Amino acid sequence: MLSMIRTIWYVFLHMFHRRVTVQYPDEQPYLAPRYRGRIILSRDPDGGERCVACYLCAAACPVDCIALQATEDSTGRRYPEFFRINFSRCIFCGFCEEACPTYAIQLTPDFEMSEYQRPNLVYEKEDLLISGPGKYPGYNFWRVSGVQIGGKDKGEAENEGRPVDLHSLLP
Amino acid sequence: MNMATVYVDNRAYEMDEKQNLLEGCLRLGMDLPYFCWHPAMGSVGACRQCAVKQFRDEKDERGRIVMACMTPAAAGTRISIRDPEAVEFRKAVIEGLMLNHPHDCPVCDEGGECHLQDMTVMTGHDYRRYTFEKRTFRNQYLGPFLNHEMNRCIQCYRCVRFYREYAGGNDLNAFALRNIVFFGRDRDGVLENEFAGNLVEVCPTGVFTDATLKRHYTRKWDMEMAPSVCVHCGLGCNITAAGRYGTLRRLVNRYNGEVNGYFLCDRGRFGYEFVNSERRIRQPLIEGKAVSAEAALARLGELTSGRVIGVGSPRATLESNFALRAMVGADRFFAGISGTEARLLKLMLEVLRGPARTPSLREIEASDAVFILGEDVTNVAPRMALSLRQSVRQQPMEIAERLHIPVWMDHAVREAVQEKKGPLFTASVSATRLDDIAAGTYRGAPDDLARLGFAVAHALNSEAPAPAGLPESARDFVKEAAEALKAAKRPLIVSGASLASAAIIEAAANVAWALAGSMLAFTATESNSMGLAMMEAPALDAAQAAHADTIIILENDLFRRLPEAEQFLERFRHVVVVDYLENATTAKAELVLPAAPFAEADGTLVNSEGRAQRFFQALPPPAPVKESWRWLGSWDKLDDIVEALARAIPPLAAVTRAAPPASFRMSGAKVPRQPHRYSGRTAMLANISVHEPKPPADPDSPLAFSMEGNPDQPPGALQPFFWTPGWNSIQAVNKFQEEIAGPLRGGDPGVRILEAGEGTPRFFEDIPAAFEPRAEEWLVVPLHHIFGSEELSRHAPAVSQLAPPPYIALNPEDAARFGDEAEMLGQRFPLKRLAELPRGVAGVPAGVPPFAGLEFPMWSRILQAP
Ligand code: SF4
Ligand code: SF4
Ligand code: SF4
Ligand code: SF4
Ligand code: FES
Repeated sequence: MLSMIRTIWYVFLHMFHRRVTVQYPDEQPYLAPRYRGRIILSRDPDGGERCVACYLCAAACPVDCIALQATEDSTGRRYPEFFRINFSRCIFCGFCEEACPTYAIQLTPDFEMSEYQRPNLVYEKEDLLISGPGKYPGYNFWRVSGVQIGGKDKGEAENEGRPVDLHSLLP
Repeated sequence: MNMATVYVDNRAYEMDEKQNLLEGCLRLGMDLPYFCWHPAMGSVGACRQCAVKQFRDEKDERGRIVMACMTPAAAGTRISIRDPEAVEFRKAVIEGLMLNHPHDCPVCDEGGECHLQDMTVMTGHDYRRYTFEKRTFRNQYLGPFLNHEMNRCIQCYRCVRFYREYAGGNDLNAFALRNIVFFGRDRDGVLENEFAGNLVEVCPTGVFTDATLKRHYTRKWDMEMAPSVCVHCGLGCNITAAGRYGTLRRLVNRYNGEVNGYFLCDRGRFGYEFVNSERRIRQPLIEGKAVSAEAALARLGELTSGRVIGVGSPRATLESNFALRAMVGADRFFAGISGTEARLLKLMLEVLRGPARTPSLREIEASDAVFILGEDVTNVAPRMALSLRQSVRQQPMEIAERLHIPVWMDHAVREAVQEKKGPLFTASVSATRLDDIAAGTYRGAPDDLARLGFAVAHALNSEAPAPAGLPESARDFVKEAAEALKAAKRPLIVSGASLASAAIIEAAANVAWALAGSMLAFTATESNSMGLAMMEAPALDAAQAAHADTIIILENDLFRRLPEAEQFLERFRHVVVVDYLENATTAKAELVLPAAPFAEADGTLVNSEGRAQRFFQALPPPAPVKESWRWLGSWDKLDDIVEALARAIPPLAAVTRAAPPASFRMSGAKVPRQPHRYSGRTAMLANISVHEPKPPADPDSPLAFSMEGNPDQPPGALQPFFWTPGWNSIQAVNKFQEEIAGPLRGGDPGVRILEAGEGTPRFFEDIPAAFEPRAEEWLVVPLHHIFGSEELSRHAPAVSQLAPPPYIALNPEDAARFGDEAEMLGQRFPLKRLAELPRGVAGVPAGVPPFAGLEFPMWSRILQAP
């Protein structure tokens, strides 16, 4: 008897506690930017596609759900011809993001990916590529890489000297 | 081998005292980083990466840093790899090499199979402290095969050592000075050397990378790979074929100590793209229309119910040729080569069954006097030329030996030897790419070359017949060549059928037989020329006379074999062709069956040495494409047909041993074709179906189309790729050899099925008369080109860029009466003036249409172009 009254008392007290239940989906919870949800491909600050098709994310992925093919534009800038993530296999471990040397692939706080059909969980580059830099606003891989691309000649990357003059005999 | 006890980190090991410490450590499976040492090129001590600490004796605590690659593995040597100072030293060296290294790995084609990456990880250098400006270079255009990205260079000098000293090129060099040493050409342009493609593997960084791979770039870890054999000439170099997403992505060298060693030629390395060609036949065709496999087989059944003959091919496997032979009957099976070629091949085979041994490329490399009769080796069997180039180093090596300089101490050896070269004599119809190392050269028309050969044989052994009236110009050559061969320990004669002259082959045989103990190497132009010859089928001329309604042609373009192919084919009511590329013959066929080219097929080829080698599918053939032997026979498994053919054709009995059978397992598991990091398994086909398909079964080999299986080292013939932990680049091969630069563990792949016979030879007596130029006609001979003369590689875009357009070559004096063009066979061609060509002889590019199907040598008029 006594224990029942005590229980009712506790329940009564709970009415004055802070609420944690949210009325999802009417109300959206806050998720930290580093939350590991839907994966996107980002662009560098200049608006160019960030991914350089290095295949590192694909190699890092423990379930092998990333497939891509590298290609190059006429100026030598490398990018993925296609880039596919099979989200029906993805375990949202974030290894791909960790492996990416260009900050191109990023996990986002969006987890609302339920589908009735599994094929709808296969995302192509058109579905993945967003129009901004995502979580890492400043970085542009091509500015540090030594490879020459359109708009960036040899020696114009960060910390690079002008191409050497091979005919110079100065010591 | 003399073993010496060497102490490494206080443990005793046995090392070969003829080797250096680096080789010794690597052979024992230890990890010691290096850059400038190369197993085929020895040590120069340039990079300082292989530093170890050497101690005088047990009591010595201080020790001193030495380069392992420059220190002999002498008995009692005590070294430490783990010594903190040595570790620190190696790390500092890498840090120095990396000061100017660009931040390129993600977009570098070497990434994932980069020796520099591996060594950097191995030494533990993982953080950049240098934050000043990096030095940069401009790149060069080096032709269709190689990319140049000079910023990535670490100045190890391997490229120029290979290119200049090993391969004999001279248009690649080190330029400039101090910290701006540049490796390239003096200006943009196509690299001239035929072995330049090896820089992809020789360069430990991403400076030189495969330009053909770049167009469909895939990382090594993502490729499905299989042991394969080059199909672009008769040498059968071993290759690793690698594919992804259903297309062939690239070839790399597959080490075989007896055959190609560490190197390929550029035709072999870059000719593979024909597999991805637009002209591939991917569907069965009836009257040019695509039909199902069932419909095609039904039609094949109808067409073969009557009288049928089969035409085999020197570029098809033993299995496919045998399947056709079994289908039509041995008496109705014809070798798909001209009568002349068949006779020449038969002659070569008979000669090789005589007392002179046919050498492997390793033996060619070790020969110490060479006489090349009639062949332009670099353009016919390219890789052999690279071995011949090493053979001239054998005799002068004695100088180094006398000075007690070990052979691997490359720079010192070259200093001691200077420009001295061992004897190599070339006799050819025009200039060859080996003339620069030749002690003597001779030019003549084919008959004159043969006469020269007979004369050399006579000079060696008076029982051999002598030609009458040898010109003065030849006598010195004969004398010198004969003396050099006689003085040699391992003399070698090289010849072949590329000038279509039986007399040359007979003369070469006489030379080899005149000198007991000499080796005799013949070149062959196609991947299975020797195998087909061993099947002893009559040639196409005999097929002319055969009565049949249907002709089945296997992987063969008859328009490249017969001048009158058109008329020949018209004699048959039905023409069936099994092939992989559209050509003039498939255009005439009623039924075309899509065959699988080497990368999608299993089969066995016999190279010019007489070595049977098996190759395996790198990619499963996309249905309905399948191997020719599957179209033509009803064998379920490769092993069944191999056994059947070994039983049916006694000279080929040993081919069953070319590779382990399909039932071979390692600890119960198959050998995986995919590296364990193979990516994209659950995504690559997800756009078609999210249900991952089961990997294709492979009943023909112990290899699996999967990353699952036993990752241990299989026998060499099954080795799909070279990789060991920490060694992602092709340098991992050190860990697969019994000895550094020796045989692969368990023996080099392939089985020799042609051995020299016993008994005294009977010298050939038929010496041709001296060549007489004619007034209005020229003797037309084929001039071979590494790029352009071979049928399949012509369809690879990179190779075809370097293929010559058709031309007529004449001696300038003969050409004086013509302008820039001349007319032959009713067509106009540009005229090339070749001072080396004898008068009265005209050269045309072999295998280049419209010269491809001609019967050589022939006499033809050449007219002033109107
Ligand atoms: S989050 Fe993990 S499982 Fe998903 S794609 Fe990235 S690496 Fe693969
Ligand atoms: S790791 Fe980054 S740059 Fe490399 S392929 Fe993946 S997304 Fe592109
Ligand atoms: S280009 Fe390559 S092989 Fe040549 S010196 Fe540089 S790193 Fe060495
Ligand atoms: S030498 Fe012949 S077999 Fe060897 S890689 Fe070149 S074409 Fe192929
Ligand atoms: S490998 Fe020994 S110094 Fe370069």
